[in-house]
Amino acid sequence: MFSNLPILPALVVIPLIGALFLAFVSRLTRADGREQTERNAPRTALLVSLIVLLLSVVLVIDFDPTNPGFQFVDEAPWLGNGIDFRMGVDGISVLFIVLTAFLTPLCILASETSIKKRKADYMIAFLLLESLMIGVFCSLDLILFYIFFEAVLIPMFIIIGVWGGANRVYASYKFFLYTLLGSVLMLAAILWLYAQSGTQFGDPTTDMRALKDLDIPGGVQTWLWLAFFASFAVKMPMWPVHTWLPDAHVQAPTAGSVILAGILLKLGGYGFLRFSLPYFPDASVQFAPMIFTLSVIAIIYTSLVAYRQTDMKKLIAYSSVAHMGFVTMGIFTFNLQGIQGGVFQMISHGLVSGALFFCVGVIYDRMHTRDIAFYGGLVKRMPIFAAFFLLFTMANVGLPGTSGFIGEILTMIGAYQVSPWIAAGAALGMILSAMYALHLYRETIFGEQVNEKLDVITDVTAREWLILGSLAFFTILLGVYPALVTDLTEASVAQLIADFQADTVVPALAEGN
Amino acid sequence: MEAVSLMAPELLLAAQTLIVVVMSLFVKGEKQADVMRWIAIAVLVAFALIGFVLGRPQGTAFNGLLKVDDFGHYAKLIIGLTAALALVFTKSYFKAEKLDRFEFSVLMIYAVLGMSIMVSANNLLALYIGLELQALALYIMAAFNRDSLRSSEAGLKYFVLGALSSGLLLYGTSMIYGFTGHLDFAGIASVIETGGVNGGLVAGMVFMMCGLAFKISAAPFHMWTPDVYEGSPTPITGFFASAPKFAAMALIARLLFGPLEGMFDQWQQIVAALALVSMYVGAIGALSQRNIKRLMAYSSIANMGYALVPLAAGTVFGLKGMLIFMTIYVISSIGIFAAILQMRIRNGMVEQISDLSGLSQTNRPMALVLTVFFFSLMGIPPLLGFFGKLFAFWPAVEAGLWWLVVAALVASVIGAFYYLRVIKTMWFDEPAQDFVESPRSLRWITTGSALTLLLLFALPFISIPAQSLLDSAAAALF
Repeated sequence: MFSNLPILPALVVIPLIGALFLAFVSRLTRADGREQTERNAPRTALLVSLIVLLLSVVLVIDFDPTNPGFQFVDEAPWLGNGIDFRMGVDGISVLFIVLTAFLTPLCILASETSIKKRKADYMIAFLLLESLMIGVFCSLDLILFYIFFEAVLIPMFIIIGVWGGANRVYASYKFFLYTLLGSVLMLAAILWLYAQSGTQFGDPTTDMRALKDLDIPGGVQTWLWLAFFASFAVKMPMWPVHTWLPDAHVQAPTAGSVILAGILLKLGGYGFLRFSLPYFPDASVQFAPMIFTLSVIAIIYTSLVAYRQTDMKKLIAYSSVAHMGFVTMGIFTFNLQGIQGGVFQMISHGLVSGALFFCVGVIYDRMHTRDIAFYGGLVKRMPIFAAFFLLFTMANVGLPGTSGFIGEILTMIGAYQVSPWIAAGAALGMILSAMYALHLYRETIFGEQVNEKLDVITDVTAREWLILGSLAFFTILLGVYPALVTDLTEASVAQLIADFQADTVVPALAEGN
Repeated sequence: MEAVSLMAPELLLAAQTLIVVVMSLFVKGEKQADVMRWIAIAVLVAFALIGFVLGRPQGTAFNGLLKVDDFGHYAKLIIGLTAALALVFTKSYFKAEKLDRFEFSVLMIYAVLGMSIMVSANNLLALYIGLELQALALYIMAAFNRDSLRSSEAGLKYFVLGALSSGLLLYGTSMIYGFTGHLDFAGIASVIETGGVNGGLVAGMVFMMCGLAFKISAAPFHMWTPDVYEGSPTPITGFFASAPKFAAMALIARLLFGPLEGMFDQWQQIVAALALVSMYVGAIGALSQRNIKRLMAYSSIANMGYALVPLAAGTVFGLKGMLIFMTIYVISSIGIFAAILQMRIRNGMVEQISDLSGLSQTNRPMALVLTVFFFSLMGIPPLLGFFGKLFAFWPAVEAGLWWLVVAALVASVIGAFYYLRVIKTMWFDEPAQDFVESPRSLRWITTGSALTLLLLFALPFISIPAQSLLDSAAAALF
């Protein structure tokens, strides 16, 4: 219906226009008008992000799930020398665009009350962030991809640094430098691919589809895989390069944490699926045991660490690392269930961890502390909140009927086919996740209310109801009807696996088990 | 007659210097410096564009002393425009500091004339004359605020160390002449081609590279840079950081890809080593700087290191990459120094990074443009600085210098730290003080260069013609 319209560039450009509008309006108005701009900025940003959401719904309705290739492809000349503007989506990327478009309005909604200073700036940063994140998932050109991938750092750095907590400067530096170091190594590998495509194809190109056909000798594959791994592992984040995440999460404002957990962490998993597997199949097979080891360590170790946290956000941040362990484990099983599960887990975690950060935000806005010991007995004062929090806690644990279960079970089925031991390790992690999540829930919601300061706490407002309710709706919907996601991704994932098996010289571990 | 059209840019400048000196006898008083400055700006813009207006003439002039080709045209375009902008800079600063003398415009023209000869040199003598003409003008400019101890010190330091480096260069020149029997580039190239490389030639090349590394402030010949940058009057520092660097890089390219092309195996190691050392000296040296001019000095050292990376590839793409990188570097330098010139409080100029505290709240446009500049220098996409690094590092990877590229990328992460500190000061810290209203010309320069860095490569209709110009400029040396 709409497939001849440039819908993907529009998705990237609309938030950008919104940001520019806000920037210029707040510039041009005089001092007395500036206050009004501050007040209106959240509404303008919300409107823009809702348009984007609508457009992304159109995109997903129009998307043909039976076609494993790229759809809505747009190409235009750009820098010359084979670096051109190329955009398109397939089953793997389309859902992330929807997820981004869905979470951004919620974030804006949540920030309207919780952000007190420099609201207009905050909204500009968020719209920029949305534009860049959608751009990452749309790009079909390696340089374009890298631009979006890296540019995300700028607004996120500003968001953490300006609106963050007490230790925000340290956290923002750590976030920026950690991820930058990972990314520049990927850039080196991208440059190598680009140079090599010139030798092999005659003309150099950075077309992500064409580069799949590049013939890369085994030894070099190892190095390039490691370079890409450096970037994605930091983004993911995988143990042991996850240490930036708890700091960034704790210091970032609520909406910043939501976007960080909901979308930015997914860039790593998306990168593994988009680059590591198709471009370096042999190296991926070779490194799969390492990934499994790191994933299982992440699942178990960070779950244990999460249990000992006294700060709610830190606890959820560590649980994110554990859940991302399931994703990497699933992706590197190289079978349909594993990869489907990995993608599903990313989408589900985007909803669930986002919702958990919103929940923390709700009580933080009221009490201005995230200390678990401060709370207790909230169920009496905030029954609706307690219900929502329970649902998301259960989804985080992976209770059947919630989206968290589907992702974890699929990745574990995939992992079991490769090695039962890995699956066993991951299952242990599931038990541990119940331990820390229920611990958090019990300490804050149940028990006697000892702290007198909590007497004044009020239940969720209509705005918070809307945010948590819409997240709860999708968490349950995907839990009982996961085909909504898996049908969209199946064709592309199956194609990815078929290509992968055709390209691998070494047989994948999955065979014969 | 042909030589006149080939040499039109240089003749224009030479004539201009004489006219200005004579005119100064007749135009007097308050207006004198202003009039001379506007004439000089007009002449510099004409100098930059004249080669393109005349349809990019090609050939050699003065019996092969100078060579005019697309490479030279491109270099003159950048140098001329940068120098014109630098003159615009000086206006408000010199007025406020009571330094407004017309001689400055004359010095600027002499410096540009020297650079113009440098980038067209086709003979070792022309090379040396151009370099010295430029350098002498720059020494005086550094000490232009002669009542200031720091400025005089900067000028003296620059002069003494510059003279030393000229000596090294001259010694190298004489060795190359001695071992080849030629001064003209083509002759040297053919002797190396037929006779092969010997120890004397290598020694000569090494001496010349040492001298030239001093001019671009590549480590380990960078010692003068922070002091001279800090001591010189700010608009002059801005000029030092742009046009002379570009001219010296162009000269190095002309020398390495021209007469010394046959010694690629030897000079590649030197260029790669200079690049490697400069990146790390620049990145680590800048970490503890509190003064923004010193910070920019170390930043320029690091950036010269990056610019040498594509040269080490020794390919036409490498040369193009160097030109792209240097062009972008010059744009950001000009922009940043125009912004530093706006750091004026009621009692005078300030130049500590901490003076920028909370700028995003007190002076939003300036904070935004500075953010663009520093993210661009960091090489974060989508800003132009990223594309500079992309086109600079790609040829090196292609030539198998991946270790150098990885080192450069890691150095750029270290560098990101101190650029981030400036951004942090502007955005995260509480406001300290208001700057006084800055002159409109400076604001135009900062905004213009920030927009260039932000938008240029997003616009294919500019980037593609620009690439073809750069392609022909780079191809001219092969």
